[in-house]
Amino acid sequence: MIKLVDVHKSFGSHVVLDGVNFAVNTGETVALLGPSGTGKSVLLKHIIGLLRPDRGDVLVDGASVPHMGRDELTALRRKIGYAFQMGALFDSMPVRENIRLGITDDALYRDPAYCAQRVAECLALVNLEPGVARLMPGQLSGGMRKRVGIARAIAGHPTYLLYDEPTSGLDPVNADAMDALIERLQKELHVTSVVVSHDVRGSFKVADRIALLDGGQIRKEGTPEQFMEAKDEVVRRFLERDFEVLEAEA
Amino acid sequence: MTHSAEGTYKLPLSLRAPRFLGRPVVRFLAHLGRFGMLFVELARALPDWRTWLPRAIEQCENVGYGSLFIVVLTAGFAGAVTAIQAGYQFTGSVPLYYMGAVVAESIILELGPVLTAFILAGRIGARYAAELGTMRVTEQIDALESLGRNPASHLVLPRVIAGLLMVPALVVVADIAGLLSGWVAVKSTLHVSNQDFIYGTRYFFRSFDLWYSVIKAEVFGAVVTVVPCYVGFTAEQGAEGVGNAATTAVVWSSVMILLLDTVLAKLLLPT
Repeated sequence: MIKLVDVHKSFGSHVVLDGVNFAVNTGETVALLGPSGTGKSVLLKHIIGLLRPDRGDVLVDGASVPHMGRDELTALRRKIGYAFQMGALFDSMPVRENIRLGITDDALYRDPAYCAQRVAECLALVNLEPGVARLMPGQLSGGMRKRVGIARAIAGHPTYLLYDEPTSGLDPVNADAMDALIERLQKELHVTSVVVSHDVRGSFKVADRIALLDGGQIRKEGTPEQFMEAKDEVVRRFLERDFEVLEAEA
Repeated sequence: MTHSAEGTYKLPLSLRAPRFLGRPVVRFLAHLGRFGMLFVELARALPDWRTWLPRAIEQCENVGYGSLFIVVLTAGFAGAVTAIQAGYQFTGSVPLYYMGAVVAESIILELGPVLTAFILAGRIGARYAAELGTMRVTEQIDALESLGRNPASHLVLPRVIAGLLMVPALVVVADIAGLLSGWVAVKSTLHVSNQDFIYGTRYFFRSFDLWYSVIKAEVFGAVVTVVPCYVGFTAEQGAEGVGNAATTAVVWSSVMILLLDTVLAKLLLPT
């Protein structure tokens, strides 16, 4: 379980998170929505300990992330897969090596046979051909980079998966394919997932629960159905553009 | 408080001045602290040799073999120019066998290590800062950390090890190239015999001079790798941030080289 308790974070005088309370239960997929620049990615980075809160606490499986020592933090990171917005692939290495770095067990990481097999498995899980393993990140399209980023994130058999804007910058067809991929991974890997996005339609498809981050706080939290019935003006304004499509789909 | 023309309140100068001066001091101390922490991270990364060793070998090729041509070229010209200018100044005033001493001591004690370090600050320093800066702004360093891996053992230590191994080797090559080109220049412009040149070279030579050259090279090898890696690691967002990191790395490496050159001369050379 992931729990954020009264998390505050500022960069200089710019307040990004202003008392965020947020929880993700084991096994569920939660979409974190919000306009661009509201601190969704910042919140995600707190969960994996890449950022420390100025105030408040972040708990993963009951352990306080900001208070973790170096070894504990390494152990925590090895059970969390993080899919970065632009893939964040190591551009000096081929796809094979990128995914191999995601194998977090040191003994398995040094076993070439296991690594080759795991790379092929992960590429298959994200619907990519085995031949992609030989390519360099610069030879991949935006959508493929995101998929390879996800393949790297799942290579170490994580318990948690954090997706940072998985559909941003993708055309509608590829965005739908990415949503389907997130749903499929959830079913096949049984991970607890947090999907940061501003894609309302996609989030409604993949998430068990949705939270809206606005003004540095969680403005509303609930199931997709509860969001559809929300009376809050800020929530309705954020969802407005996609409401007609969502209602038609419902 | 005073009231400005725009209608906003301004603190009096007596209160603004400490804040104006204090900010750079705080920023400098913060950098100093983070720079110190980088050394702690490097020390922690040392036992993880399986990670850094293969990458260090790659970097050695890049720093050593990749810089060989420009280092030899620069040292060669430096040796020749030293010889020609010394000939211009000394002809008629000191015995010409002194030319061997002037060329050898100038190259081994100063020009070989310092010019090589400056070239590497530009060639390797700018590259390292830009590489790591790009990795920072494209979240590749965050990705490495998110995988539970230590960026110091993957990215910094291999580069520093390469600098520590290759810069002294390059300086020895630069010393030889400078000495040989100086010899050729002396012979072709001043009609000094080989015996006179060798006699002059050996007359003032002490074996510590070579050690001094290598010690300087070792220190400069650390400077031209650690400083750019730190600057790249702390690069700010965007292409401008990466550009600034490359510039800052070259400037600070050069400043450190000059500073440490003076400090080492004072500490190591008996006067």
